[in-house]
Amino acid sequence: MSFARLGAAMCLAASLAAPAFAQSQIDDPECVAPANPGGGFDLTCRVAQTGLDPHVDAPIQVNFMPGGIGAVAYNLFNTTRTDDGSAIVAFSTGSLLNIVTGKYGAFTEKDVRWVATAGADFGAVVVRADSEYQTLAELMTDFSADPASVVVGAGGSVGSQDWMKGALLLREAGASPMDMRYVAFDGGGDAIAALLGGSIEVYTGDVGEMVPHMESGQMRLLAVMSPERLEAPFADIPTAIEEGFDVEWTIMRGFYMGGDVSDADYQKWVDAFEAAYATEAFAQVQKERGLLPLNMAGEELQTSVEQRVQTLREIATEAGLIQ
Amino acid sequence: MDAVLTGLATGFSVALDPFNLFLVLAGCFAGTLIGALPGLGPINGVAILLPIAYGLGFGPESALILLAGIYYGAEYGGRISSILLNVPGDASAVMTTLDGNPMARNGEAGRALSLSAIASFVGGTFAVVLLSLFAPTLATFAVTFSPADYVALMVFAFASLASLVGKNVVKTLLGATIGLMLATIGIDANTGVPRYTFGIPDILAGIDFLIVVVGLFGMAELLTLVEQQVSGKLKSLPLDNSFVRMADLAKCKWTIVRSSIIGFFIGVLPGTGASVASAVAYGTEKRIADDGSTFGTGNPRGLAAPESANNAAAGGAMVPMLTLGIPGSGTTAILLGALLMFNIQPGPMLFSQNPEVAWGLIASMYIGNVALLIINLPLVGIFARMLTIPQHYLTPLIAILAFIGIYTIVGNPFDLLLITLLGIFGWFLRKMDFSLAPVILGFVLGSLFENNLRRALSISGGDWTILVADYKSIVLYALSVLVVLAPIWLARRARRMAAGPVSSSKGI
Repeated sequence: MSFARLGAAMCLAASLAAPAFAQSQIDDPECVAPANPGGGFDLTCRVAQTGLDPHVDAPIQVNFMPGGIGAVAYNLFNTTRTDDGSAIVAFSTGSLLNIVTGKYGAFTEKDVRWVATAGADFGAVVVRADSEYQTLAELMTDFSADPASVVVGAGGSVGSQDWMKGALLLREAGASPMDMRYVAFDGGGDAIAALLGGSIEVYTGDVGEMVPHMESGQMRLLAVMSPERLEAPFADIPTAIEEGFDVEWTIMRGFYMGGDVSDADYQKWVDAFEAAYATEAFAQVQKERGLLPLNMAGEELQTSVEQRVQTLREIATEAGLIQ
Repeated sequence: MDAVLTGLATGFSVALDPFNLFLVLAGCFAGTLIGALPGLGPINGVAILLPIAYGLGFGPESALILLAGIYYGAEYGGRISSILLNVPGDASAVMTTLDGNPMARNGEAGRALSLSAIASFVGGTFAVVLLSLFAPTLATFAVTFSPADYVALMVFAFASLASLVGKNVVKTLLGATIGLMLATIGIDANTGVPRYTFGIPDILAGIDFLIVVVGLFGMAELLTLVEQQVSGKLKSLPLDNSFVRMADLAKCKWTIVRSSIIGFFIGVLPGTGASVASAVAYGTEKRIADDGSTFGTGNPRGLAAPESANNAAAGGAMVPMLTLGIPGSGTTAILLGALLMFNIQPGPMLFSQNPEVAWGLIASMYIGNVALLIINLPLVGIFARMLTIPQHYLTPLIAILAFIGIYTIVGNPFDLLLITLLGIFGWFLRKMDFSLAPVILGFVLGSLFENNLRRALSISGGDWTILVADYKSIVLYALSVLVVLAPIWLARRARRMAAGPVSSSKGI
């Protein structure tokens, strides 16, 4: 304990003495991936591990805490590890949606401190290469005429992020999201198999996972759900907004800490991330992990998350997911 | 054909590189050890070692060869603790306990281990041969399996398993129902509504298959052992130097061939893995064997069937991963992630863009199978000796390994509590003469069945005729009827012939 205090005091002294100190000093820094190895949260933590390495004085350890789609970690950091200054926990837009729909229990987005982002991914509207749909507009016409005539599928359940993308499209087409003929698969891989096999007609996936499939020519991206056009290999794909439909789905990946973490500890992480954002190396790490740049830390992220949650709450209410 | 041969030539030149050859052997050996530990299976072995393989800075083909060696080795290793300790080393080795462990108890541990090593070798090699010959064609076919066809496949699986009905039909059905009920816990995959979670966040994502297997089998077995020790009923298991006989192989050869075929094709289908394959193979063999009634008491055919099937399925699962970029099982999903980490994009282009990776991996699977057979046969004696460790050392040791194993993988202390509770529950079930295999199978097949049925109905908008709309479904339903009726008909015919003037008992 006294060592920790000594460390904190020295750290404070150091930061006062040399404001431009290159590395944040964090004791045993840890990134908690609230899932099994190999998934999106693992990937998010790996971005922190490699991307922040030059900016913190000790290597960041990645630990896994699976259970209840992230609910176990969210509960733990709201009950026992609320003031743990050395651990950050990975989250995504899906986690925010779970907060909104009450899957994370009584805790809200105001109970934790949002630290920084790792990057972003965007929704994509995908059909098979030989599909009758050539443009998003053709699909939207069918959606507004008879929503039940199109079989949509993706890797998440009703009320998940993947379902939300479809729900937003239907809402934009003037139909009720509840009329969507939606098929829930166990992960994106199974959904892609079903699309190729002809079981579903439209797949509401993510841009990042489409990279390996771009060259094979088996699938066609009708539109990406990003605010602006993306870089290669997606440079030729229009955004939904360009096509005249005001639909956007950004999957934000980032980190939070417990609600009682001291400002000093919080700031150390924010500083480390901001230092990393300024480098070319961090951009390279994001690219390697299939993420697109979306860099926000500290207050900026806090505000952004609160806004996003507010929007999600509106959509979820409209879609009938919550009262 | 030429493409296959040139491909294999490229592959073997990569795989026979001394360093890669070393990695295959190291992976196979490490995999066998991981698989032999109760609870730790291929998926955990690959997941745990993936960051290491990446961190060591190997080339993509070398890293993948190492990981595939671990995958294969773990499939082999899973049988060891199933046979010796009646605790499945991993999920796909559940069926191996049914006849493997009774053989060990009859003093034939060596025979069971060597026979299953050979069955695994044949199953594995068969799968690699088919993989190298027909991978692209098979992948295209597997993708056309719609949710409705999966429903039919599950009906077929349940039909082949009807043979598991033991002495007491009611208890078997109750067991399967308990499994189905356990499978419904967690967030419903279709609507996102939490079911039977009682506000506990730890079971929001459902109970992991591994937890159920280790709890119901592992912990329950340990409690039984402790009980026998306390009551002084435990007799020391006989030491044995038995080894597989030519007669066993002659008897099992068609079993192994049939099960390899079943295993491979079930493995190719996305979403169904080695555990479904071994269950279907076991059920099918029990139905068509002339001595089916001795299954479960140490019949070598009951051991050979699941072992050849689960290794064949491991190879089959590689087909959609390599050729379509769609994982056929949990472990291949992690291997797929490994490829992506190296910026290699699996899919139809893999064989043309990165032939050294694709074919190197396939060639290393040939070598890995041979290596595993060589590692496993001479070491049979050492493994069999595990039985001679006094039980009062062995029992706590297994408990410690199971707890460590589970904690390393899930990292959630709640799950340790859960395996203990399931263990106590399993022990009570055993006290009441329930067989635990139907519980596990209800658990696995039930959720696949439910999810695919609901997917099929969401696709058709609630129209049930979608279930019989495709020839694949109809063929599977016909096969289901066949596996249920054929044995009855054969038994009647045998009885008629025995009753007739010329009494000759004919095998199948």
